[in-house]
Amino acid sequence: MRRLLNASPQAGGRLFLGLAPILAMVFIYLLASSARHAENPTDRLLPPVGQIAAAVQTMAFEADPRTGEIPLVADTVASLKRLAVAIVIATATTLLLGLMLGLLPYVRAGLGPFVATVSVIPPIAMLPILFIVFGLGETAKIVLIVVGITPIMVRDLALHVGALPQEQLVKAQTLGASTWLVTLRVALPQALPRLIDTLRLSLCPAWVYLISAEAIASDVGLGYRIFLVRRYLAMDVIIPYVVWISLLAVAMDLALVALSRAAFPWAHAPKAA
Amino acid sequence: MAAPTALSFQDVWVEYGDKIVLEKVTLDVAEGSFVSIVGPSGAGKSTFLRLTLGQEAPSRGRVLLDGERLRAEPGPDRGVVFQRYSVFPHMSALDNVVFGLECARAPILGRLFGAARRAARDEAAAMLAQVGLTDALDVYPRELSGGMQQRLAIAQALIKRPRILLLDEPFGALDPGVRLDMHALITELWRDHGLTILMVTHDIKEAFKLGTRVLAFDKRRRDPQAPHRYGSTAVYDFPLDDKAPGAVPAELAPLAVVEE
Repeated sequence: MRRLLNASPQAGGRLFLGLAPILAMVFIYLLASSARHAENPTDRLLPPVGQIAAAVQTMAFEADPRTGEIPLVADTVASLKRLAVAIVIATATTLLLGLMLGLLPYVRAGLGPFVATVSVIPPIAMLPILFIVFGLGETAKIVLIVVGITPIMVRDLALHVGALPQEQLVKAQTLGASTWLVTLRVALPQALPRLIDTLRLSLCPAWVYLISAEAIASDVGLGYRIFLVRRYLAMDVIIPYVVWISLLAVAMDLALVALSRAAFPWAHAPKAA
Repeated sequence: MAAPTALSFQDVWVEYGDKIVLEKVTLDVAEGSFVSIVGPSGAGKSTFLRLTLGQEAPSRGRVLLDGERLRAEPGPDRGVVFQRYSVFPHMSALDNVVFGLECARAPILGRLFGAARRAARDEAAAMLAQVGLTDALDVYPRELSGGMQQRLAIAQALIKRPRILLLDEPFGALDPGVRLDMHALITELWRDHGLTILMVTHDIKEAFKLGTRVLAFDKRRRDPQAPHRYGSTAVYDFPLDDKAPGAVPAELAPLAVVEE
């Protein structure tokens, strides 16, 4: 018998093993749902599949007679817009600050402690301040996401850039590269794959801040909707929304991986034998 | 040898606080010489190299390159090949070499276009051919073997036509067979380009095989109570004008044993 350490599943087996926990979760839900409904046909906590399907039909395929829009589409567009703007701002800031902090000792001495301090402030604690300063509109929500994810992304990228082998930086200088050219041609290209990785890890907190902000003050958005229908215990709406949010998050993650592989083949190239 | 002095160390000291790493280093390196530097670990070989590279400034004394005081900063007049990490993983082999040309010719954009780009690429390809990498122009360094990466690092340094080429244990991580090929290559390039080379190595046979002069760094004096209070210097200085192969002098034999 081979050791468990050395046994690895084949492609088909891997697919099955990967799907098994998800299928098990769905199966357990169905069992629990039907058990509760056998006891109490008006149970709202674990709605049966038919009820969820009806809710999906109303939310995702029929226009709301009041607004004339399909709720799921309107919510998704609003949320993704906020997320996209915040991600662009956070990523650009991270790239700029991360490179400067990682490469330039003077910037590190000046801004390093500041960034380290800001990154330990719980962003949600700053939400009231943001609402007071920026009002209840889009700005406060976007700023919350930016404030929430940027400091950690900056620190991660600065660490990565700072960990570039000293040999490389010296070599570039012996080739005549100025500070600017070392940044542009040596540090920046090597920072980009890491920037994508750190963004991937920051997407989860970004969603948390987005949904928090929408839950507190908004009139459209995925987070707004689930916290709105929570008042009516509408699990048949909340569950598909949560599933939809996870699908969006997974799709973004996969897209970032694909982007990194396409744009930076050197970071994923096979090693010499 | 009546060759002019390329590099001159005049009573150079390197100290960190009360720790003395190098003391009273005074020596001249003639143009066109191949100087091997050996010595036990912690004898200041690397500090000596960093001094020449400009990564470090002397705390006392002067380092002169062609009679002028060296700036304490790496520059294009001194090329370097380290044991590892000398090449840029995100550039193809050709781009690694072209980069040196782009730094000089495109200081703002860092990239050349059109005819200038083609000329630079041709120049770089010719340099890569000289180190035997004609077939690997478009591969990334991590797809190259260790020996080929070092060939690339040498081509990259030579494209700048440096006054001094510094080699920091360049063949230390290579297989014995590959190492022999690299010895032949570096000797050939040294002759063809009329290079002045400083090479730090742990391999004392390599030092005598390649060098026209061997410097052994060690402490001249030792204080058992405060070993850090005495620095190292070049305790042996062997000119090898006849280049007699395999002639490791008896004084250095113990050193060789320590390093093996």
